[in-house]
Amino acid sequence: MKVLMFGWEFPPHISGGLGTACYGLTKGLASLKNTEVLFVVPKAFGDEDQSLIQLIGANKTAIAQKEFLFNETGTKIDYLEVNSEVIPYVTEEEFWTLKNQTTYKKARFIKTDEGFNVDFSGGYGPNLIGEIKNYAVVADIIARENDFDIIHAHDWLAYPAGIAAKRASGKPLVIHVHATDFDRSGGNVNPTVYAIEREGMEIADKIIAVSNFTRQTIIEKYNIPPEKIVTVYNAVEPQTNKHNLNIKKGVNEKLVTFLGRITMQKGPEYFIEAAHLVLKKKDNVRFVMAGSGDKMAEMVERVAHLGMADKFHFTGFLEGEDVNQMFQMTDVFVMPSVSEPFGIVPLEAMQADVPVIISNQSGVSEILKHAIKIDFWDTYAMADAIYGLLTYPALSGFLKKSGKKEVGGLKWHHSAKRVQEIYENLLNV
Amino acid sequence: MKTICLFFEVHQPFRHRKYRFFDIGNDHYYYDDYANETIMRKIAEKSYLPTNRVLLKLAKELNGNFKVAFSLSGVAMEQFELYAPEVIDSFKELTRTGCVEFLSETYSHSLASLKDKTVFEEQVRLHDQKIFELFGQKPKVFKNTEMIYSDDIGAQVCQMGYQGMLTEGARHILGWKSPNFLYVNARNPRLKVLMRNFKLSDDISFRFSNNNWSEYPLTAEKFTGWLKKLDSNEEVVNLFLSYESFGERQPKESGIFEFLERWAQLVAEDNSLKFATPSQIIKELQPVSVVSVPNPISWADEERDLTAWLGNEMQKEAFENLYELRRRMASCTDPKLIRDWNYLQISDHFYYMSTKFFSSGEAHSYYNPFESPYEAFINYMNVLSDFKIRLNAVTPENEKEQEVAALHKLLASKEQKIKKMEAELQRLQKPKTRQKKTTKKRKA
Repeated sequence: MKVLMFGWEFPPHISGGLGTACYGLTKGLASLKNTEVLFVVPKAFGDEDQSLIQLIGANKTAIAQKEFLFNETGTKIDYLEVNSEVIPYVTEEEFWTLKNQTTYKKARFIKTDEGFNVDFSGGYGPNLIGEIKNYAVVADIIARENDFDIIHAHDWLAYPAGIAAKRASGKPLVIHVHATDFDRSGGNVNPTVYAIEREGMEIADKIIAVSNFTRQTIIEKYNIPPEKIVTVYNAVEPQTNKHNLNIKKGVNEKLVTFLGRITMQKGPEYFIEAAHLVLKKKDNVRFVMAGSGDKMAEMVERVAHLGMADKFHFTGFLEGEDVNQMFQMTDVFVMPSVSEPFGIVPLEAMQADVPVIISNQSGVSEILKHAIKIDFWDTYAMADAIYGLLTYPALSGFLKKSGKKEVGGLKWHHSAKRVQEIYENLLNV
Repeated sequence: MKTICLFFEVHQPFRHRKYRFFDIGNDHYYYDDYANETIMRKIAEKSYLPTNRVLLKLAKELNGNFKVAFSLSGVAMEQFELYAPEVIDSFKELTRTGCVEFLSETYSHSLASLKDKTVFEEQVRLHDQKIFELFGQKPKVFKNTEMIYSDDIGAQVCQMGYQGMLTEGARHILGWKSPNFLYVNARNPRLKVLMRNFKLSDDISFRFSNNNWSEYPLTAEKFTGWLKKLDSNEEVVNLFLSYESFGERQPKESGIFEFLERWAQLVAEDNSLKFATPSQIIKELQPVSVVSVPNPISWADEERDLTAWLGNEMQKEAFENLYELRRRMASCTDPKLIRDWNYLQISDHFYYMSTKFFSSGEAHSYYNPFESPYEAFINYMNVLSDFKIRLNAVTPENEKEQEVAALHKLLASKEQKIKKMEAELQRLQKPKTRQKKTTKKRKA
């Protein structure tokens, strides 16, 4: 069966867990028999790993230019013509050359009075809502031009695209909820985003949630019937041993790390309070907050206010190899998320032999046994767990060993199998 | 004639409160009084008291034909005194009927037998003393914590003056042999060994109210029938149960108390069955063979080994850390420290750290105050850290330091001696270099 999948980002151009999860899942699906994935992103850079899947950039799709009519709300009401010149490509190179030629020649329509831009940024810029709508327009065309059996859209940015494709093709739509706006906003949802999410969930034929935690949110906050939602846990790519023995800590002190966006969702302030408690009692330890986000300034101020700036460090946003280096220096990893649909980072930490402390308010806590679980608000418990891991070597030793083993069993292959089952059930009905 | 040996283990631990690292060095009280009291009251009312009532009734009705043995851990007795003194009274009343034998065990329901002879002996001594104070009996038969037994432990128990010991009739130990005979220790045949019939014991304590069990419902008649159907050569059936099986694990509503009463009456009436206490059995029966247990066994889990307490690195680390203190504790006379030392040894603390049952955590979740073994470990180590600080204040840091201190003293006195002699030598003559050299060496 062929799956038309809509995402927003794809490695190596990612900003968070979404791209990683999409990549893992598609790879897992590609390794299964009878499943082929056609993955669409708003912007294809060309350096993505396409060994296992076909990747289509919406920015590279030829779109006919005639008339697109939109009403005030921006909903497409009529679609008149698509370009019939989508080229049946043979080799990859040929495809790109041909595509590029046609696209740029004919892509002008988007610069018409509607104010659209076909050159998607693929990011999360100010014109996000506009881009999402454009993405849906292009999705419609892609759906008409390609042959597939099922549609799968990842997260709200791609729901409109998925809906458009469903309307165009009549094929069943699966939406994959990696997060809801309740996670991102801490309850103050953006009504536009909520509307898009809810529309996607209602139109979808099946919803995949990344944890029971998220599934519950979908049931309670979006009023979706429980039987429509299935939980499929994320997994983690097996890490080839990337240990670089040259990495050494500059100081002979223990390192406790927070790694993630510094936003309300991730609970950075609780980490700081816990750090403060630990530092009162223990001297040879340092804390690192790696990441960036809208709460960063506030956090820096709080650290200064508590008078522990000499022991608490901010690294800014880390990527790729820097993350691995960070893990290699880390003695304890903490994820104090307030609301975390899944949370792949602790799994990566465990792969790197780092014992982890995670909040009960994370999806990943539903599947992990060999991690210390605390409530994000319980900074005393968090501090106690940090202290325990730093002080009692038997504990960290045991967690490292059993954690690595446990995380080794979380394979995308298994998650993909579950997703495939969902496809099959949908298609048989 | 088959003898039925009915034995109950009674134990409740002193559970630790959430002891955070901030408390280390600041707060020296480790116990969750609220939880301990609530749990003790609950179990006393649901299990200990009603079961004692049934046994008392049986003892009076059956005129000495009913016999039962108990082992009460010292910490359980302490908790009775604190939270449920009527349980002690009801045990006393039961004892006065003359149908009860108290067995010896470790005071803290501890794992000391696996680590240190002296600590173990002290634990047993404390326990027997408490039993004597409360019930006026001097135990002659020993039952180790959780039925832990090995040839070595048995030999030591024999040396301590006990005539017999109870343990699990583990399948991997007995093989084709039956637990329904009296055995002797492999290293010292003077110690008799009673092996638990786990099948029949667990039928009551675990399966009684399980309606998925093919034998459900278990009636007193059926159970007595099973006992009578056993091979006629077999001499003793050892039913060793934890006392909470009655009323707690098997709730009152399941009819467990009625079962117990009716079954005991049936046994007493029957000509081919009778009750006896372990001491009587040891006196009356001839041992059939040696039982060889090179590695320690227990009555826990499917494996019948020690992995529930000492299975993972955390448990071993905590255990080693605790007993590292034993030599310094030997010279400690502070009653508060001794009390905490006893409570720290309670085996349940190690049980809570087990990672064995992540999947089927049922058995381990029984009144377990911790959400995860990691939390249990951190908490215990925090308590132990504080305890160490207190102990350091009383006795010097460690033996090494003690030794170093002693050596320092010695060195100083020698140095003085040398100086004296040097002065003397100088005064007397010149050839003194050689002597000086040797003294230097000594100094180094």
